[in-house]
Amino acid sequence: MNEMQEVIDEFLIESSELLEQFERDLVALEKDRNNPELLASIFRAIHTIKGSGGTLGFSTIAALTHVGENLLSRLRDGLLLLDPAIATALLSMADALRSLLSKIKESGEEGDLDTSSLLEQLSQYVSALPANTENSVAAVETEKAPQPVPRIGELLMSMGTSAEEVHSALQAQETGDQRKIGEILVANNAAEPGALVEALRVQREAAADVHASNTIRVDVGLLDKLMNRVGELVLARNQILQFTGSQEDAMFLNAAQRLNLITTELQESVMKTRMQPIGTVWNALPRIVRDLSLECHKQVEIEMVGAETELDKTIIEAIKGPLTHIVRNSLDHGIETPEVRVARAKRPQGLLTLRAFHEGGQVIIEISDDGNGIRTEAVKQKAIAKGKLREEEAARMSERELLNLVFLPGLSTAEQVTNISGRGVGMDVVKTNIEKIGGNIDLQSTPEQGTTIRIKIPLTLAIIPALMVTSAGERFAIPQVSLVELVRVEADKAERKLEFVHGAPVYRLRGNLLPLIHLNRVLNMSAAEAHAEDCTNIVVLQAGERQIGLVVDDINDTEEIVVKPLSKQLKSLFCFAGATIMGDGRVALILDVMGLAQFIHIVNERRDTAQIADSVARDATANGLAAQSWLVFRAGDRGRMAIPLSAVSRLEEFSCRAVEYSAGRHVIQYRGEIMPLYTVPEVLGKSPGDLPQLFQVIVHSEDGTSIGLVVDEILDIAEQTVARTTTQQTGPFCGTAVIQQHVTDLFDLRALRQHASRSPQEAIA
Amino acid sequence: MSQLAQLCTFYVDGLLLGVEVENVQEVIRYQEMTRVPLAPAVIGGLINLRGQIVTAVDLRQRLGLHSRSQGTLPMNVVVRTDDGAMSLLVDEIGDVVEVEEASFEAAPDTLAPEARELIRGVYKLKRDLLLLLDTDKAVNSAVMAIAHTA
Repeated sequence: MNEMQEVIDEFLIESSELLEQFERDLVALEKDRNNPELLASIFRAIHTIKGSGGTLGFSTIAALTHVGENLLSRLRDGLLLLDPAIATALLSMADALRSLLSKIKESGEEGDLDTSSLLEQLSQYVSALPANTENSVAAVETEKAPQPVPRIGELLMSMGTSAEEVHSALQAQETGDQRKIGEILVANNAAEPGALVEALRVQREAAADVHASNTIRVDVGLLDKLMNRVGELVLARNQILQFTGSQEDAMFLNAAQRLNLITTELQESVMKTRMQPIGTVWNALPRIVRDLSLECHKQVEIEMVGAETELDKTIIEAIKGPLTHIVRNSLDHGIETPEVRVARAKRPQGLLTLRAFHEGGQVIIEISDDGNGIRTEAVKQKAIAKGKLREEEAARMSERELLNLVFLPGLSTAEQVTNISGRGVGMDVVKTNIEKIGGNIDLQSTPEQGTTIRIKIPLTLAIIPALMVTSAGERFAIPQVSLVELVRVEADKAERKLEFVHGAPVYRLRGNLLPLIHLNRVLNMSAAEAHAEDCTNIVVLQAGERQIGLVVDDINDTEEIVVKPLSKQLKSLFCFAGATIMGDGRVALILDVMGLAQFIHIVNERRDTAQIADSVARDATANGLAAQSWLVFRAGDRGRMAIPLSAVSRLEEFSCRAVEYSAGRHVIQYRGEIMPLYTVPEVLGKSPGDLPQLFQVIVHSEDGTSIGLVVDEILDIAEQTVARTTTQQTGPFCGTAVIQQHVTDLFDLRALRQHASRSPQEAIA
Repeated sequence: MSQLAQLCTFYVDGLLLGVEVENVQEVIRYQEMTRVPLAPAVIGGLINLRGQIVTAVDLRQRLGLHSRSQGTLPMNVVVRTDDGAMSLLVDEIGDVVEVEEASFEAAPDTLAPEARELIRGVYKLKRDLLLLLDTDKAVNSAVMAIAHTA
């Protein structure tokens, strides 16, 4: 990086920080119009940007800030009073500056952003008053001059030079002497050259002190690297601690103990370097609240408690979007207009409260408003109308469950769609984003009283506490966040307590039925040898709204683990969130509880389809209301098609060289059997066409035989509730639905299978 | 002047395979592996390479060859790929061989389809045929991308 670039980078960072402060202070100033400190701080921010922007030759920035500064000086001198129109103009100036800054960051130049109308608008306020700018700007400049640096004259006076000499030297300077004050004094024999050198040194040091601060900027990449190294150290420490169990050497045990302590402290400190107060995200909110409340003609106060609560940087970034969304929602359809509020005997100003605090190793963020609240009845009707819920189901749901329906995709309870919110995209995305970082979200609401949204998120993602379990001889880590409790069912009671509902094992936990899954079965691992004590260990897990009981062979220890991502080849295994290295150096997989729950969902679907007659199952799939995973692909000229993921056994890629022919049909040798291949045109009764060099095949296996469907491209896997929109059936298509905003034909593999079993006979006939 | 290349060679079910030495990070003896349930058969497991978790690809499975007999342990050839280090599980390590460009020939058409896409070609050595393995393809393929076994 060359020097100029460094200076520009410094300017960009400084300016965006100043703009943030500018916005914050300006919004605060609107509430407290006569606060001179706020005004001075606003003025200083713009003045600094103007100064450095002008020096670096960014003329648009300089011009914009110059007009802004003029306007601000009028405000400061009391010639103008800050009103919402002026504040809006100043805020749009901040926006324009910000986009100029990002242009500079991208291309190194200001670009051709048109600021003329903004300039005009700003100068309008200025020219409405008599001109009186220059002296006020100058006043700020002297105010800003760094005072604490002592002057040479003063220093020399403290070293023995008389005040009169210094005074006359100053006068000589004023009357045109170009020399520096020290030079004059030395030339007049009023000061020793040695004293002057000393004085200059003192001055230099003092100046350095003024500029030095107790913070430095560090590259985040470096912090990440440091974090990784500490992660390794934690692992090595765990390994050594395990080793100490078998050692008796007191010296060694002492050293291990110290290593343990130091590592823990180091880990904490390094983690702290990545921590940022949640206030960094919140700072943007007052501005949003201000703009929105003007837009919707509402009066809203924002209150923030616990802005200093710290979170890991990655998490801070991840919650920015969801938080903003929730706040917008609250303002748009939470808080009522002043008239409605007065009619409801509330203060005309709505109150939006943000609270953040630590609780049990997690951070809780609460966003509450004292507005409309949510009427569960409205949510219920909407969900039923949109086909997300059946009436019988709705009748059985608790108030809280009904409220949490707002997190379903496509549900918005706002009666009106505004451009702020209410288009039904949003809360589901908020929920997914929060869950992605291992958090969860909950909503409480009282009609006409208000709504509180509670977000729980972990402090950090890199090192997490986890419970180690064993199943089929393998160890797995379960993140402690998902853990609810551990249940151990003794052998003699196990038989009585483990029951079956339609083939699915359940356990009665304090009167509620807890669905059970055996980890070894889900993961397709051979069961472990019979247990010595023969008891059942259940790990109760929270997976979204549901609780599930995971049956494992053994429950080991809890441990701090370092999460490492899985390689690309294994990312698609949604049962695992990553891997970690254990104290003994072996690798253990980290279970993804949400993924596991989803997987079980699919497994259950499969079991159902196996048990219920085919035709019924087909109907259920086609009309199915439950969210399901769909494999979306492209084939032939039919465009997008989808099949339920549960019907897919494997995806394969073959070369056309491997294709052989049997009874006039493409076949391929696959896992010791002959698998017939179908293309989509062929299924529709057209000629099968030629196969490309390399082609992808969806394999469907049932009753030990497989068939393959040749597709052009696998597009995606979509987890979605699909309501069949047309019932028209052509051949193997059982309907059409909208998946991921695209019209998609639903392909029925079972029809294909029937087609397959029929054709040989036809061939013979 | 013919070009010289250095290949690190190894045996997999009787086949002599090689990869460019530049792509090889290290060769290590058998490491304890953690198997990955539900993963395709070509994934041998995960190994701990000095604090780094490395995915091991079983070349026998990848090339569609017979499974290794019980009790014989594979060796790890750790290669650098676009996705970081990956380990190839092989039967036995051979020498580092210097080969001439002139002795190179494209792979014969009769090669099994699974193997064909992974073999870039054949070097005709004095006594053996040395197959040049495409490491990026060996650790990456659509077949491995999504696997559902239930």
